[in-house]
Amino acid sequence: MSWTRLAWAVVAVLGVPLALCAYVYAVESGLQSLAPRRRGQWRPWLWLAPGVALLAVFLVFPVLHTLVLSLLSADSTRFVGLANYAHIFTTRSMLVVLRNNLLWLALFPAATVSLGLTIAILTDRVRYQWLVKASVFVPMAISLVAAGVIWKFMYQYQPPDAPQTGTVNALLSALIPGFRPRAWLFDTSLNNVALVLVLVWMWVGLAMVILYAALQGIDEGLIEAARIEGASEAQILLRVILPLMMPTVIVVGTTLVITVLKVFDVVYVMTNGSLGTDVIANRMYKEMFNYNDFGRASAFATLLLVAIMPVMLINIRRFGRKGDAR
Amino acid sequence: MMRPFVAWVLLAAPVAALPAGPPGKIGGKVTVLGVWGGAELETFNKLVKPFQERTGVTVEFEATRDLDAVLTTRVEAGNPPDLAVLPSPGKMADLARRGKLVNLGGVLDLADLKRSYAQGWIDLGTVDGKLVGIFPKADLKGLIWYDPKSLRAAGLSASPGTFDDLLAEAHAAARKGVTPFAIGIESGAASGWVGTDWLENIFLKTHGPAKYREWYQGKLPWTSPEVKAVWQTWGKIVGDPTLCYGGSPYILSTNFGAAFVPLFETPPRAYFHFQATFIQGFIAKQFPAKKAGDDYSFFALPPVDPALARSAEISGDLVGMFRTTPQAAAFLSYLATAEAQAYWVKGGNGLSPNRQVSLDDYPSVLSRKAAQILAGAELTVFDASDMMPSKMNTAFWSAVVSFVSNPSQLDDILAELESVRKTAYPK
Repeated sequence: MSWTRLAWAVVAVLGVPLALCAYVYAVESGLQSLAPRRRGQWRPWLWLAPGVALLAVFLVFPVLHTLVLSLLSADSTRFVGLANYAHIFTTRSMLVVLRNNLLWLALFPAATVSLGLTIAILTDRVRYQWLVKASVFVPMAISLVAAGVIWKFMYQYQPPDAPQTGTVNALLSALIPGFRPRAWLFDTSLNNVALVLVLVWMWVGLAMVILYAALQGIDEGLIEAARIEGASEAQILLRVILPLMMPTVIVVGTTLVITVLKVFDVVYVMTNGSLGTDVIANRMYKEMFNYNDFGRASAFATLLLVAIMPVMLINIRRFGRKGDAR
Repeated sequence: MMRPFVAWVLLAAPVAALPAGPPGKIGGKVTVLGVWGGAELETFNKLVKPFQERTGVTVEFEATRDLDAVLTTRVEAGNPPDLAVLPSPGKMADLARRGKLVNLGGVLDLADLKRSYAQGWIDLGTVDGKLVGIFPKADLKGLIWYDPKSLRAAGLSASPGTFDDLLAEAHAAARKGVTPFAIGIESGAASGWVGTDWLENIFLKTHGPAKYREWYQGKLPWTSPEVKAVWQTWGKIVGDPTLCYGGSPYILSTNFGAAFVPLFETPPRAYFHFQATFIQGFIAKQFPAKKAGDDYSFFALPPVDPALARSAEISGDLVGMFRTTPQAAAFLSYLATAEAQAYWVKGGNGLSPNRQVSLDDYPSVLSRKAAQILAGAELTVFDASDMMPSKMNTAFWSAVVSFVSNPSQLDDILAELESVRKTAYPK
C-alpha cells in the first residue's frame, strides 16, 4: 500500500512540472500559427492560465466556500444568516477569544520589533556579535510545537516546598529571595503574557536578522557626515538610523501582525485555550474538529481573513511602491 | 512475493471463526490510532508481539492525547486508520450514524464474543442494533489510592465509611500539617477529565444511577440543585488549599500520570490520590521497587449517601473498525481474546472485560481487589462524560479546569455548561 502512495508522490512531484512544461510547449507551438502581433496579445494570458486556474481551485474557491458555509448551520443543511457571527460577538466565552487576539496583537509585534531592533543595533557595536546573534536566532530553527513543549517544561510549577523543576521558577527562586513559584500557564493574570513571550522568543531572531541587514544597508557616509556636523550618538540613532530603517521596520511589523493574528500552535500545545487563553485559530479548530460545527468554524475563518486582509493590502501596496522607485 | 494474495483468499471467510488467534502468517499491516502512552503503550507493545510473530502482520500504532480531533480529521479527510480507539461511546454513536464505522457483525464471531463478554459490554458497543465497537480493556473508576504504611503512621483509616468520614480524616491530616490529597488534572487537550471522574463518582454516590443516567442523557439541567450539590461536594476538597497538595496551581499544572508522586516521598507530602485502576501501571513504572498491595493500595471512594455504598463506575477503551482488511479483522478479534486482555491485567493497566479472564488470572492483589469490587457492586454505571456528546464532554473538561482555578465562579460555570447542553444533544 505504501508503494502505491510513493508512486503517487512521484507522479505528483515529477508529473505536475512535466505537464506544465508540456502545456507551455503546446502553447508556444500553437502560437506559431498566429500572426506575430496576435502572438504578443495572447501569450501572457496563455502563460498565466495554469497559475490562475490553480489559484482559483485552491484559493478562491475555498475562500468563497468558507464564506457560504459560515452562513449555514453546523451541519451545513440550513441557512442561518448571520447567526454564527452573532454568536461569536455576543457569547461571553467567544468575546474572551476575540479579546485575547487583540491582546496578542497589541503585545507581540511591538515587543518583537523593539527587541529585534535593540539587539540589532547593540550587537552591531561589539566583537562577539556572532555569538549573540546566533543564540537569538536559534529558536527560529525549532518548530512551534517543539517550542511549546520546551516552554511548558520551563514554566513547570512545583509548590514552594518542593524542588523547582521548571527553569523559570527555579531561576527566579534562586535570584530573588522569598520568591514564590507561580503557575505561569494557569494563573489567569499571567498566562496570556506567558504565551506571548514564547512566540516573541521564537520570532525575535528573524526580526533581528532582517533589521540588521537594513542597518548594514545604511550608507556609512551619512552617519559620518552627521558625526562631523556634531550630532550626538543618540541624535544619530533617532534622526538618521531609525528613519532610514523605517520601511524595513514596517515590513517586519506587518509580517508579525499577520503571524500573530493566525497564532495557533503555541496556544494549542501549551494550554489548549483553557483558563481564558483561547485564540481565534484554536477556537476555529475546536469548532471544526471537536464539535463538527462547520458554520461557526467557517465564521471564525472568515473573521480572520477579514482581519488580515487590510494588513496584507498595506504590505502589497508598499511592495508595489518600492518596485516603482527602482 | 505471492503471499499477500494467498492470504487474501485464505482469510476471506474464516478469520473470525478462530477465537484464540488468527491463522498462520498473513503478512501486511494494520494501522491503529489510540490514546495509549507511557505504561499503557508498553503493555500494548508486549501484547502486539505474539500477534505479530504468529501472523506476520505489522501493527502500526499511532498515539495521541487529542484523539477526538485527530480521528475526526482523518475520517473527514477519507484517510482513517484501519482500527482506532474511539474517544467515547458518544463519539462512536456519532461516527456509526454517519456510516463511518464497520458493522462488526460481519467481521467478528458474534456467538464467540457473547461467550466472552457480558451483554452489558456488547450493548455499550452497539448503535442502532449494529455492533460497531468492542472493549479490549476496562477500568474501575473512583478509587482512592494510598500508601498503607504512611497511612498507618499518620493514624488514618483506609476504610472511611462515608464521604464525610473521608473529609474528616482529611481535615485531621491537614491539622497535622500534611495536605492529604494529591490531585493533578493536566492532560493536554483533554485537561480536566480527572475532575469529571471525581464529579461522576460523587454524583453516583449522592443521587444514584437513575438520576445519573438522566444527567448524562442531557435530561437534567446543569443548573439544577442536584448537579450543583455535586460540584459543591467536590469543592469541599478541591477548593480547600489546606486539603490539596500545592493548591490549585499544582492541581492545574500537574499531569494526571505524575500526580500521585507526593504520596511516595519521604516524608509523604500527601496521603490520598483519586484515580482509576490503570494508574497502577504508572505507579509501578515510576517506582519499580514498590510492591503492589504492600506499598500502595486503594479503596473505593466512600458514598455520600450510605445507601449507595455498593455502586461503582467503570469505563473502557472502545475500538472500532474503519476499513475492513483481513489484518484489521485478525487484530481486532485478537484484542477481544482473553489472551490479549491478560496483558492489560498483568501490566496493571486495567481490567479485562472478557469474562474468560478469570479472577485467578489476575496476577496482582490489587487488580484482583478491583475485580472483586466490580463483582460486588450492585449498581454499575459507565463513565458519564464519555457517554455525553463530544461537545458536552469537552465543555465538561474545561468547566473542571475553570472550577479548580476559581471555585467561586461555580454558578457562571454551570450556566455555561447548561447553554452547551441545550445545543449539544441531538434533537
